[in-house]
Amino acid sequence: MMEKMIFGRYIPGESFVHRLDPRSKLIFVFAFILVVFLANNIVTYALLLAFTLLVILMSRIRLYFLINGLKPIIILLVFTFFIHILFTREGDILLDLGFLKVYEEGLRQGIFISVRFLVLVFMTSILTLTTSPISITDGIEVLLNPLKKIKLPVHELALMMSIALRFIPTLMDETDKIMKAQMARGSDLSAGPLKERIKAVVPLLVPLFVSAFKRAEDLATAMEVRGYRGGEGRTRYRQLKWDWRDTLCLVVFVIMTALLVFYRN
Amino acid sequence: MTEILSFNNVSFSYTPDNPELRNAVQDVSFSINEGEWIAIVGHNGSGKSTMVKLVCGLLFPQDGEVRVMRNVLTEENLWEVRSNIGMVFQNPDNQFVGATVQDDVAFALENSGVPYTEMVDRVHSSLAQVKMDKFLNHEPHHLSGGQKQRVAIAGALAMRPKLLILDEATSMLDPQGRDEVLKTVRALREEIGLTVLSITHDVEEALFADRVLFMNNGQKYAEGTPSEIFSLGDKLVEFGLELPFAMRMTKLFKDNGVLLEGQHMSEEELVNDLWTSNFNK
Repeated sequence: MMEKMIFGRYIPGESFVHRLDPRSKLIFVFAFILVVFLANNIVTYALLLAFTLLVILMSRIRLYFLINGLKPIIILLVFTFFIHILFTREGDILLDLGFLKVYEEGLRQGIFISVRFLVLVFMTSILTLTTSPISITDGIEVLLNPLKKIKLPVHELALMMSIALRFIPTLMDETDKIMKAQMARGSDLSAGPLKERIKAVVPLLVPLFVSAFKRAEDLATAMEVRGYRGGEGRTRYRQLKWDWRDTLCLVVFVIMTALLVFYRN
Repeated sequence: MTEILSFNNVSFSYTPDNPELRNAVQDVSFSINEGEWIAIVGHNGSGKSTMVKLVCGLLFPQDGEVRVMRNVLTEENLWEVRSNIGMVFQNPDNQFVGATVQDDVAFALENSGVPYTEMVDRVHSSLAQVKMDKFLNHEPHHLSGGQKQRVAIAGALAMRPKLLILDEATSMLDPQGRDEVLKTVRALREEIGLTVLSITHDVEEALFADRVLFMNNGQKYAEGTPSEIFSLGDKLVEFGLELPFAMRMTKLFKDNGVLLEGQHMSEEELVNDLWTSNFNK
């Protein structure tokens, strides 16, 4: 199941989208999320959809892979679509089955909301699929830099995030090991009533937490010995490069926004 | 010879309010000169790890003084001292800070504000020194234990340290990883004359050292060349240390009436003596 989920997964590649600076991608996606709400008629929604498809094509991520990975979301999407069909009662009746009446406005709203949802999910997925978690962290750190003025510990937050990301696989391995150790002692994690199964998780979590704290302590010592004294006076090994692609990306975004404003009702 | 590190009558207790408990480190003195490899051996609780913490200023002694590069270690010069010391810890996973190999090597450089272009240079050259330059973008969970420890050594080397401390750096590795790490350290000593302080309870590792410090109950029990220390024989076993494999074999041979001359530190010496032993009859 974990293999199919594509949330937060990164697929290395060399496409145009992959090579964009994480800063421009982050700005783009966040602005896009806001701009999506400008659309309110067929032309504007079609424009958004077409644009999203273009981005997917440029990222060279197969559409099949994307849709397959987002299956749980698509179920939610179909569900919202039917809610709109069933409960919006405006405009002409398109279909009358006696117990069920489908109104024109309901169908329109259902499609619009679904497209909006789809476009948002696709765009954010493309962001995480084409940007490594560590670059996203770097991007966020640089973009949040102005907030240092209001005493937000930006550097510390970014370091926390990158260390958390780095330890995910380590702790996953550890969980696996503990699980096997407990299974070898006869604990059954996969059967029995829910209450029993929740109880069986406790002997898994306790050793995991104990070792995580131990790791944290070791890591803190190692960092201190290697001269870590907070963000002050630190240089950066990961350099972000803003080039013509990033400027182009933002120019395209501005054009798209202008078109949306022009065509909306 | 330049002195790199010295302990002068250093004592330390984790419970200074309770004088009944014995000190973790009691009146220890020794010094390390440039280019030497010193091994500190001892069983668990003998004060080895406390000594490491005293060297890098994680703890300060209650009595005596620790001198690094001839300067007494104090709160003021702590960070300068640390930039002269490279450390490799026991658990390969818990000291890997960066997301990839090159980020981790750069971590200490970033901390001390080295400019970007020099940083790239130093990261590449120190990874080449430990032969990990083909793994620049690898993530830690795709590396073996020995490889991770070599990255940790590279991270220390990038700072051009005067002293490299191995704090049980091979104890969590498989035999292959252990050999990898020890070979790397030996090669570095030949190449750049690095000074090494290794804390270990692996006696085979201590054989590589120029001098061995044998710790027991927080005190320095003996100091000398590996052959001097291991000739203590049963005394070491009594304090919970194992003898090197070749020496244990020698003892068994002697017990069974095979005539052998003296001590044998390495398997090669033992084998040479074994096949010539018949001529001595």
